[in-house]
Amino acid sequence: MIFKFNKLSAACAIAATTLMGAVGAAQAQFSGDVIKVGLITDMSGLYADIDGPGGVEAIRMAVADLGGAIAGKKIEVLYADHQNKADVAAAKAREWFDTQGVDLLIGGSNSGTSLAMAKVAEEKKKVFISVGAATSALTNEQCNPYTIHWAYDTVALAKGTGNAVVKAGGKNWYFLTADYAFGAALQNDTTTVVKAAGGNVVGSVKHPLSASDFSSFLLQAQSSKADILGLANAGGDTINSIKAAAEFGITKTMKLAGLLVFISDIHALGLKTTQGMYLTDSWYWNRDAETRAWGRKYFEKMKRMPTSVQAGDYSAAYNYLQAVKAIGTDDADKTLAQLKKAKVNDIFAKGGFVRGDGRMVHDMYLMQVKSPDKSTEPWDYYNVVQTIKGEDAWTTKADSKCALWK
Amino acid sequence: MDIFGIPLQAFLGQLLLGLVNGSFYAMLSLGLAVIFGLLGIVNFAHGALYMIGAYVAWIGLEFFGINYWLALIVSPLVVGALGVVVERTLLKPLYKLDPLYGLLLTFGLALIAEGLFREQFGVSGQQYNVPELLQGATDLGFMILPNYRAWVVFASLVVCLSTWFVIEKTRLGSYLRAGTENPALVQAFGINVPLMVMLTYGAGAGLAAIAGVLAAPVIQVTPLMGSNLIIVVFAVVVIGGMGSILGSIITGLSLGLVEGLTKVFYPEASSIVVFVIMAIVLIVRPAGLFGKEK
Repeated sequence: MIFKFNKLSAACAIAATTLMGAVGAAQAQFSGDVIKVGLITDMSGLYADIDGPGGVEAIRMAVADLGGAIAGKKIEVLYADHQNKADVAAAKAREWFDTQGVDLLIGGSNSGTSLAMAKVAEEKKKVFISVGAATSALTNEQCNPYTIHWAYDTVALAKGTGNAVVKAGGKNWYFLTADYAFGAALQNDTTTVVKAAGGNVVGSVKHPLSASDFSSFLLQAQSSKADILGLANAGGDTINSIKAAAEFGITKTMKLAGLLVFISDIHALGLKTTQGMYLTDSWYWNRDAETRAWGRKYFEKMKRMPTSVQAGDYSAAYNYLQAVKAIGTDDADKTLAQLKKAKVNDIFAKGGFVRGDGRMVHDMYLMQVKSPDKSTEPWDYYNVVQTIKGEDAWTTKADSKCALWK
Repeated sequence: MDIFGIPLQAFLGQLLLGLVNGSFYAMLSLGLAVIFGLLGIVNFAHGALYMIGAYVAWIGLEFFGINYWLALIVSPLVVGALGVVVERTLLKPLYKLDPLYGLLLTFGLALIAEGLFREQFGVSGQQYNVPELLQGATDLGFMILPNYRAWVVFASLVVCLSTWFVIEKTRLGSYLRAGTENPALVQAFGINVPLMVMLTYGAGAGLAAIAGVLAAPVIQVTPLMGSNLIIVVFAVVVIGGMGSILGSIITGLSLGLVEGLTKVFYPEASSIVVFVIMAIVLIVRPAGLFGKEK
């Protein structure tokens, strides 16, 4: 009797311990038993059409494509409006990491906010993927092991549009720059490219972010006698600059080079005003059958075609979730290792990969805006002039100041 | 010839542009000064009314074929009617309370209006083309001035001066000024003060709407256009003197000029120069440049 009892209790004890151990281990795999993806972006300001609520929807599409859960753990999507303020973005990121257990933070538009959030992610040792921001500093001077820059950056834009415009004859440049991190980065990177291609920069003027009137800045540009007006701004600012330039007859003496232009901007301005303009972008919905299918799926929900940033949000979320699925945990260091190992093959990029400095390397596209008679349907706005291969588009190792990538 | 290192031509061009912007400020601050000066309501919804005015013009053109010239009349009427409804239903019950409640209410209304339009239209904005009669530009020698901008200066001056005239020089205006200074007494004379107050708010809203229609061909018609301008307009009204109609007109024009010059010499400060001036004026003359100490 005693023998049996001992054996029985021993067996129970062993079974209980194993069971507890198993449960304990499972809990350690997915923090909080849920996978949380958060997007902090400009939801209501001048960049809201580029990312904004559309970005949230794109992430939801990625979650749906994974069935809404991984290994029985639900995937939750959160979003917040940083109102283009770096301190608001940083505070929200901190709150999410500390109290909400967010596993993946996706950075939306506005470089200043992404730089701030990258620092928070580094401090908290959590995964941060910047999709909407442009500044190349994220993977250069300010690179860190927890930041991945997914869709595009100011170096790629400069190399694409800068080179194309100088080759087409635009040698003397004047910059109209948004006065914050992004504008400065874009102006710097484009200046480097223009000078290397044999052009020169005649002057520049900085305007406040979200300025409503550009007439006086454009007048200064005109009196500089440059032949190219480089627009180092984005979203609502670019739209207003282009509109004012047409109104003041700037376009009669200078050509406009939109250094960061999204399909939402072209849609707002119309093909008549923007035809012939060169731009560099990371994705176009009408590029091939796969992107068209995804674009139309997005269109059904949002009644607008997705911008490259929104497609980038989908891709970043999708690849992160695939990584989590592959390794069976949402631990930050392990997921980052997996993301840097796996290839990116989805509707956004083919043969993409994450480099040592956090840069997601993939092809970029130099495109030109169609004239109204060549456009076959709404949102059919671009001709792809040139595919810029991944190895040529980004900051090279020789130029990089990133300490992680030596 | 150079002025402070800027060629004379460029300098004159910037001054003219400053004047164009100034006339916008003058018109917008006029509506605000009318509402505050006469009714004592701090109308934070003014920017939203300006935006709605622009959208009424755009919607009118897109769906009803109402052209720009008609819109200059239709839009203020529509927005004025909206203002009347708001005043009667939402603002009237708050008069007996602290003025802060009216401020909060109008601020809330502005956020709601902006949010609704943003949901519907997005932020990239709608195209509104310059009417044919005003298209093209004139080469003034030192700059090319789009004809439309010259029209804006002219139209705002007309609107501002007529409003000032009605309020300061006509009988109706005098009833209005008396009615807001001492409503009980004026009502005792048989004048319907609540009706006047309601119509005044409507008129202020209508002024904002005219400014919106004038602005539509210049900047994109976007839900954000009001919030971008409203803070500057408030600063203009405060500098000019909260109750002074003439003060806000003159201040609006002068500040437009000052802002234009700042854009030439130190563009980074162009968005804050108005507030720096406001701070100085408030320290030196708290009632504003043209205001009366109460």
